[in-house]
Amino acid sequence: MKLFRGLLKSPAFLVGMTLFLGTLLIAFLAPLFMNIDPHRRVGLPFMPPSSEHWLGTDHMGIDMVSLLVAGLRSSLHVGFLAGIVATIVGTLIGVYGGYKGGLLDDILTVGTNLFLVIPSLIVLILLSSSLEEGRSLSLIALIIGCTTWTWSARAVRAQSSSLRSRDHVNLARINGYGTFGIVMLHILPYLLSYIFMVFILQTATGILSEASISMLGLGPYDSVSLGKILNEAIRNEALTDGAWWAFAPAMVLITVIAFALYVLNTSMEGIFNPRLRK
Amino acid sequence: MLRNHPQLKHILSRAGWYLLTFLVAVTINFFLPRLGDANPVDAMMAKASSGLDTKSAREKEDAYLKEFGLVEIDPQGNVLRDAAGKPQRTSLPVQFLRYLGMSLRGDLGTSILQHPKRVSEIIKTALPWTLCLQLPTIIFGWIFGNLLGALAAYKRGVFDRGFYPLALLASAVPAFCVGILLVYVFGITLEWFPAVGGYDDGLIPTMSWAFLKSASYYYVLPFLSIFLIVVGGQAIGMRSMCIYELGTDYVKYAKLLGIRESKILLYMFRNAMLPQLTGLALALGSMVGGALITEMIFSYPGLGMAVLTAIQGNDYPLITGCTLLVTVCVLIANFTVDILVGLLDPRIRAAQAGAR
Repeated sequence: MKLFRGLLKSPAFLVGMTLFLGTLLIAFLAPLFMNIDPHRRVGLPFMPPSSEHWLGTDHMGIDMVSLLVAGLRSSLHVGFLAGIVATIVGTLIGVYGGYKGGLLDDILTVGTNLFLVIPSLIVLILLSSSLEEGRSLSLIALIIGCTTWTWSARAVRAQSSSLRSRDHVNLARINGYGTFGIVMLHILPYLLSYIFMVFILQTATGILSEASISMLGLGPYDSVSLGKILNEAIRNEALTDGAWWAFAPAMVLITVIAFALYVLNTSMEGIFNPRLRK
Repeated sequence: MLRNHPQLKHILSRAGWYLLTFLVAVTINFFLPRLGDANPVDAMMAKASSGLDTKSAREKEDAYLKEFGLVEIDPQGNVLRDAAGKPQRTSLPVQFLRYLGMSLRGDLGTSILQHPKRVSEIIKTALPWTLCLQLPTIIFGWIFGNLLGALAAYKRGVFDRGFYPLALLASAVPAFCVGILLVYVFGITLEWFPAVGGYDDGLIPTMSWAFLKSASYYYVLPFLSIFLIVVGGQAIGMRSMCIYELGTDYVKYAKLLGIRESKILLYMFRNAMLPQLTGLALALGSMVGGALITEMIFSYPGLGMAVLTAIQGNDYPLITGCTLLVTVCVLIANFTVDILVGLLDPRIRAAQAGAR
């Protein structure tokens, strides 16, 4: 409880939380108040912002506000799903390897380090370009999660191997707990705050990865996403036409989400990590 | 024999590890694109077969199948067929072994989009651009970012309070957003620098003065956009590293001894540098990935652009060729950093000496 009060006192946490909740509100409340239809043409291509269309229209004459809200929703969807997948995979591998040690740990560590060195964007490109048909939003999230788990596995492993020889873990072992019981009851609870921070960063990574891969034209086929808005804007020469409204708001949204998540993460680190706590 | 050369032993063991990583990368590179049913020959035939009669279309398909090593051929060079007259497909493991041999010889196959052109040829023209852009940018960005981070940690106060959120923002902005922003503001609105491309139209890439001048003019914006992000990320890491070092016993002790500030700063800097160097090895992959996308935004004639056109045209051999090459470059860079760490880190040196 004291920790949470500490969090609420940290200005960085408040800033990050406000920004993040703000994007969530836009994504989930906007459809209640206005008509969001990212497929209907409402005007001419690249109409500048007006009172009717607050952020103008894109190259097809679709209302930018509709596109942005729909894009934000899918980007958040991809980010959270990818974050969950990456955190679960990374935590499982990290906790198990770190606790068990020995040959299995060596194998897992070598595997993690291998995929840490190979650029994840490269694996993403290879995987998504082979799945030419049917790249749905959730599939993309899954692919991203499966390529970005490496550093969280590494970080979690370091934490869990330091817990391995603690007294309470030894006691549990003497009392006859199995590996599963010890990991679930005596190691994971200690890492929860850490894993939550990992999850926040993985979500940010997921949102940024989706944007990167959509920029390459490997985005979802069935929905709008923030990266796809950018990709379409650039492909249709919004830059040279000076249609800043077609790309700037999407850029701001991506940056704000990533920035908010990073700030949340660092502020939590300052509170949860006793060494940084003053 | 190796016992007396701990450094050499370290280098050799790292080299072995990277060789393993390379093999895994090649394996991924081969198998991932073949997960789907996409087949380069079908894609090419869709384009090439229009207007051909069945017989010549079949001959063409045979030629392509042979070229991409997808079918068994007899010693006379004819495609082997089964009873139904269908070409006999080479099995995946055999294809993989051939691919491995070819890649080791530097042969990456034929491009589909620019058909008779070899992938290795396309890459040979693109690679220098990518290397010239990314290598200096990442190195300078790393050095500058570390200096800034150390300074912020040491000065604290106003400088730090202004600098830290900015650096955090710079590291959160996706690489391509900075690129788009720079193109729009300095390339299109202000027209200070050319927005896209690598050199003026009509110039031929040679070592001439006119070409170098034009190329360096085009270099500014892509350089800046990658540089800013590397600086932001590195500065944050270095800052927290230095804050941690400031609280350690040796710094307190040195202060009590009355050692000069600048000298303490130097000690601290040296100790904080090592984890940063290791961090560089880990971050290289994502940095290069981000820089590749930046290249695409600037239509820079490097590997990023080659990958983009290859993806848009479903040019699988070119995609895998580029991805393999990028991976190899990252591995080489990582290996270099690893060896540097081994040479600089007193703990690794001590461990090596202790193992003797």
